[in-house]
Amino acid sequence: MAFLHATAKHGSSETKKRSWLPYLLLLPGLVWLFFFFLLPILTLVSTSTKTPGFGIGEFDQTYRFANYWDAIVNSRAQFLRSFEYAGIATVLALAIAYPLAYAIAFKSGRWKNVLLVLVVAPFFTSFILRTIAWKQILGSSGFVNRALIDLHIIGPQTHLTASAFAVVMGLTYNFLPFMTLPLYSSLERIDPRTIEASGDLYANAITTFRKVTLPLSAPGVVAGTLLTFIPAAGDFVNAEILGNPNTKMIGNVINARYLQIVDYPTAAALSFTLMFVILIMVTLYIRKAGTEELV
Amino acid sequence: MVDASTSAHGDLKLSHLTKSFGDFKAVDDLSLTIPEGSFFALLGPSGCGKTTTLRMIAGLEEPTSGTMHVGNTDITDMRPYRRPVNTVFQNYALFPHLSIFENVAFGLRRRGIKDVKAQVDKVLELVELPHLAERKPTQLSGGQQQRIAVARAIVNRPALLLLDEPLGALDLKLRRQMQIELKWIQTEIGLTFVHVTHDQEEAMTMADTIAVMNEGRIEQMGSPADLYDNPKTAFVANFLGQSNLIKGAIESNGADSLLVNLFGQKVALPRSRSAAKDSSILVGIRPEKFRIQPEGKEMSGNILTGGVISDVSYIGVSTQYQVEMPWGQELIVFEQNDDGVPPLDKGDKVKLSWEPIFTFGLDGSQDANAGSKLIADEEE
Repeated sequence: MAFLHATAKHGSSETKKRSWLPYLLLLPGLVWLFFFFLLPILTLVSTSTKTPGFGIGEFDQTYRFANYWDAIVNSRAQFLRSFEYAGIATVLALAIAYPLAYAIAFKSGRWKNVLLVLVVAPFFTSFILRTIAWKQILGSSGFVNRALIDLHIIGPQTHLTASAFAVVMGLTYNFLPFMTLPLYSSLERIDPRTIEASGDLYANAITTFRKVTLPLSAPGVVAGTLLTFIPAAGDFVNAEILGNPNTKMIGNVINARYLQIVDYPTAAALSFTLMFVILIMVTLYIRKAGTEELV
Repeated sequence: MVDASTSAHGDLKLSHLTKSFGDFKAVDDLSLTIPEGSFFALLGPSGCGKTTTLRMIAGLEEPTSGTMHVGNTDITDMRPYRRPVNTVFQNYALFPHLSIFENVAFGLRRRGIKDVKAQVDKVLELVELPHLAERKPTQLSGGQQQRIAVARAIVNRPALLLLDEPLGALDLKLRRQMQIELKWIQTEIGLTFVHVTHDQEEAMTMADTIAVMNEGRIEQMGSPADLYDNPKTAFVANFLGQSNLIKGAIESNGADSLLVNLFGQKVALPRSRSAAKDSSILVGIRPEKFRIQPEGKEMSGNILTGGVISDVSYIGVSTQYQVEMPWGQELIVFEQNDDGVPPLDKGDKVKLSWEPIFTFGLDGSQDANAGSKLIADEEE
C-alpha cells in the first residue's frame, strides 16, 4: 500500500511538471489555425450577410441573412451538379483505385515502392497542366475519340470534350491518388495470415474478400472517398477547362462571384453553405460507415 | 469436386513430399504417416522445413512433388477451403473486425451449418471463455487469444488440426499452462493434432510422437522417451535435450557389449544401443546419467578420470557442472541436490562414472556438435 501511494505521488508530480509541454507544442499550430482558419472563417461569415455599398467592392454589414436563401436558390442547379459529379467521380475513383491499391499492397513484391512513386508522380506537374492535357486526350483528333468512333461506340460527329463526361473524367483522374494512397495504407496493414485463416475456415476467394479483406480495408475506403469527394465537390478547374456552360459546378459560381462579378457576400454565402453541407454529409457518412474504432 | 471438408477422415499420409524454392529444397522427399487421433509434433530448428510441411498440409503452399492423403482422400491439389484441415496460426490471425463469437462461428457459417450458436457456445465453454463472446480480439490477452484461435479451429471438427508454433508468443509460465490445456483438449475431443515447434520441451510435453526435422528431412521419429533415450544421430542427441558425445574407437566387439577406447580410457556400452557403422564411434551420455566424485573415491560402472571442474551453476533442484577432460573436451554433468553433500568447487579434480546401460553409441563420422548450435540461435 505504501508502495502504491509512493508511486502515485511520484506520478502526479511528474505530470504536473510536464503538463505545460503539450500546450507549448500545440501553440504554433493553434496560432496558425487562429490566423489562417478561424479569422478568415469569421470574416467569411460576416461578409456573407453584407449588402453592396456605393462603390464597386464596398459592402455594408446589414445582417441580410436572405443572402443565403438567394444564393442557394439561384445556384441550386450548380450545387446539385457538384455533388452529382463529385459522387460519380468518387465511385469511379474507388473502382479504379481499389484493385490498384490491392495489387500494390499484396501482389507487387519488390516493385511496391516503384508503383507507389508512380501513383504520386502526377503531383510533380501542375494540376492545371494535367487537366489541359485531358483536353488533348479526349479531343476530336485524340486517340480516345477516334478509337471510340472507329469502334462505333459513339457516333461519327460526337465530341468528348466540353461535356459532363470530360469533367467527370478529369475529376476522377485528378483525385485518384487521394483515393489510392489511403486504400493502400489500410490494405497494406492487413495481416496476410488473417486472409489465409479465412481460406482455412472454408471461405473461397470471393467470400474472403467480402467477409475479411473489404471490412478490414473499410477505414481506407472511408478516408479515400472523403479525400476524393470533398475537394472534387468544391473543384472549379475541371469544369472550367473540360466543361461547357451547362456543366458549371458550384466552384465555378463562387469563382465567378468573387473574381468577375465582385459580389463578395453571395460568394461568401455559397462558400459557407458548401462547407456546411459537406460537413453534414461527412458526419452522416462516417456515422453510417461506423468505422471510428477501426480508424 | 467432392467437398471433403467434413467427410474425409483417417490417417494423414505424406508420400515423397518435396518443396523447392529455386535451388533450395525446403522439404526433401518427406514420407510419413500420422495416425488418426494422435498428437504429432514436427520438431526442428527454424529453416528445417517444418512450417513449409505444415503449410503444404493446410494447402497454403503447393508441393513441388509428392502426394498427401487423409484416409483414402487425396488432398494434394485440393483448395485450402475444401480440405478437412484447420489451422491455429502463429500469432493467431484472429479477425480483428469480428467479435469473438463471430470469429469462432466463421467456419460454421461458411459451411452453412444450422445451430451455430449452440456449437460456438459449447466450444467457448471448452476453452473456458464463454464470457468473452461479445468482445473484440484486441480486447483479449495473448493467452485468451490463443484459446480463441484453438476454439475457432476445433469447432469445425476437422480431421486434422494444424498448430503452427501456437505458443511461441506467450511467456514461459503461460506456455506451460497452455501445453497442458492443449493436450487435455486433444484428449477430450480426440482430433489428430499436428504441431510444429522448435521448442523441444513443448514437443516432449504434448506429443505422442515426435518427428525431428533437419534440412528438409526427418532425422528421427518416435515417442519422446524413445528419442531421448535412443537418439540415432548427433543432431537428435543434441537438439532433444543435452548430450555429451565423446569420440572413440571400438576395441573389442563382444556378444552383448562393446568395449570402446575414449582417449586411452576404456568404457563399455550395450551392443544393442550402438549405431556405429565401423570402429569409429561417438559415445553418448546424458548429463543427468553421470555421477561426479572427487578424485580418489571408489566408483563402479564406466569411469572417466582426470576431469577438472571448470564451472559450477547451482540451480536449486540440481547443480550443473562443466568438467574439462584431459583431452580438452568440456562435459556437462547434472547432479541432483538430494544427498545433502555440498556442491564441489571450481578447480576440483574429479572423476565421472555411469552405468554402461545408459550409454548410447552413434556413427563416429558425424559432427559431434550437430544441432547444438542451432538451439542457441533459436533462443535469441
